[in-house]
Amino acid sequence: MLDGFFLRALLAGIGVALVAGPLGCFIVWRRMAYFGDTMAHSALLGVALSFLLGTSLTAGVFVIAALVSVALLLLERRGTLSTDALLGILSHSTLAIGLVMLAFMSWVRVDLMGFLFGDILAVSNVDVLLVWAGGAVVLAGVVARWRPLLAATVSTEIAEAEGLRPERARIAFMLLMAAVIAIAMKVVGILLITALLVVPAATARRFAATPEAMAVLAALIGAVAAVAGLAGSLAWDTPSGPSIVVAALVLFLASLLPWPALLARDGASGQGRQP
Amino acid sequence: MTKADPASEPLVRLAGAGARASGRWLVRGVDLTVRRGEIVTLIGPNGSGKSTTARMATGVRRPDEGGVRHAPGLSVGYVPQKLAIDRTLPLTVERLMRLTGPQPVEAIRAALEEVGIPHLARAQVQTLSGGEFQRALLARAMIGKPDLLVLDEPVQGVDFTGEVAIYELIGRIRDRTGCGILLISHDLHVVMAETDTVICLNGHVCCSGTPESVVESPEYLRLFGARAAETLAIYRHHHDHTHLPDGRVRHADGTVTDNCHPDDGHHDGHDHAHVHEAGHDHAHDHAGEDRHA
Repeated sequence: MLDGFFLRALLAGIGVALVAGPLGCFIVWRRMAYFGDTMAHSALLGVALSFLLGTSLTAGVFVIAALVSVALLLLERRGTLSTDALLGILSHSTLAIGLVMLAFMSWVRVDLMGFLFGDILAVSNVDVLLVWAGGAVVLAGVVARWRPLLAATVSTEIAEAEGLRPERARIAFMLLMAAVIAIAMKVVGILLITALLVVPAATARRFAATPEAMAVLAALIGAVAAVAGLAGSLAWDTPSGPSIVVAALVLFLASLLPWPALLARDGASGQGRQP
Repeated sequence: MTKADPASEPLVRLAGAGARASGRWLVRGVDLTVRRGEIVTLIGPNGSGKSTTARMATGVRRPDEGGVRHAPGLSVGYVPQKLAIDRTLPLTVERLMRLTGPQPVEAIRAALEEVGIPHLARAQVQTLSGGEFQRALLARAMIGKPDLLVLDEPVQGVDFTGEVAIYELIGRIRDRTGCGILLISHDLHVVMAETDTVICLNGHVCCSGTPESVVESPEYLRLFGARAAETLAIYRHHHDHTHLPDGRVRHADGTVTDNCHPDDGHHDGHDHAHVHEAGHDHAHDHAGEDRHA
């Protein structure tokens, strides 16, 4: 029974997962999970500013997330505080400012839970179009910048010495991240975006021998999680965003099972050794 | 010993180059030239500006004083000092070869053959031993046939036999491809014998010279054996000033100055002692009696 709203939710969820997978791999490889979290939290400030200025939510979130990452770059260069502490400051202060601003704007009625945890069942046709169009642009950007991004992930110094301009790749990566956050906010909510980036990528790790394979697998695993999560959400009337993340977690836990041993023994002797 | 053509255009030339960070000079007054077919070795204690100098030579860092000139269209192959690849990144040796540019399968096999690890093509890089990993990095750096190879401590984490083997390999790469090589070593006294020029840094160029004649030294042969002697050389060198623990410099003529700029008139050449750093002060004329004074 594919009602219109459920079909739209599926399309939006799959679209976001396909983009989040490859980008999430870089988050995992570069140990930037907290950085992704910070950019995502700043989205609420973007939401508040969009209401204040009457601009589109997606644009507001994109701009604020991008600005926060630039602010982080500049603060990092000054080197007075560790990146970790800077992220902690930016992450929670942007979230708090966003909440305070929304509280002041008494004329705005907002579904705060929808922003924090996603409201995928309410996505419109325009939203779906935005997810797929934005997602296509982001994926094209990742493919175009793949070599410098990957080389800089392995070693910034090698990439720089051999002329791949890792600083440019880094800025491109931050813009792509900001774009993913802007399009994923409606689907999983700003508090759960990092999970959709990190969990499928971590799940794909065990089954991939090359970075490219891991990126593709992460996208597919994310899409499966989106479908499974939405189906569960419909069946048990659970919130959609958290359901998708729970489905992704189940896939991750399943990936930890000793599959080669299980398949070799044909399941006869049950559990093998945990890796 | 030199296979460099002195008439050829330098691949890279630093002239009085210096770099500063947060108000402190990391290194100053570096003159350095690498030509095609030439091996230049930078030695110096930790924090002496070796890597900064290498970064200026590759063009990654712009000098804050002095100048740098690169041959037009210079291509660089680089082996960095530190490289930890996260375990979450699935990366085979084969894929590592294509990190900064596409490479045909044939070229990858040839490069891995050359460094002696063709059997590891499909191995994940995180599973390699220290020596295997350095060989893989060397293969990666040379696979694109760069004009200039910059190797920042390529024998770190490698035992002595492996060190000799890797230096032999570097010599072979130079002979076969004719590229220029800038080699960095934290070992103050042992350098690759085929080095054309040794530059000793400690915040500035303390001295430079050739390592030759050293190979014949009997102490050296006794210490390391004949095979090593073909590959390694003790670098005997002398300094015209002493770095005091408070950062000031005492020159051979007895004067003490705040820094050690090459043009300050206190440098007369090559006969003096040098306190490199706490716990590492020594006069610089060990004739191979010990690798680490």
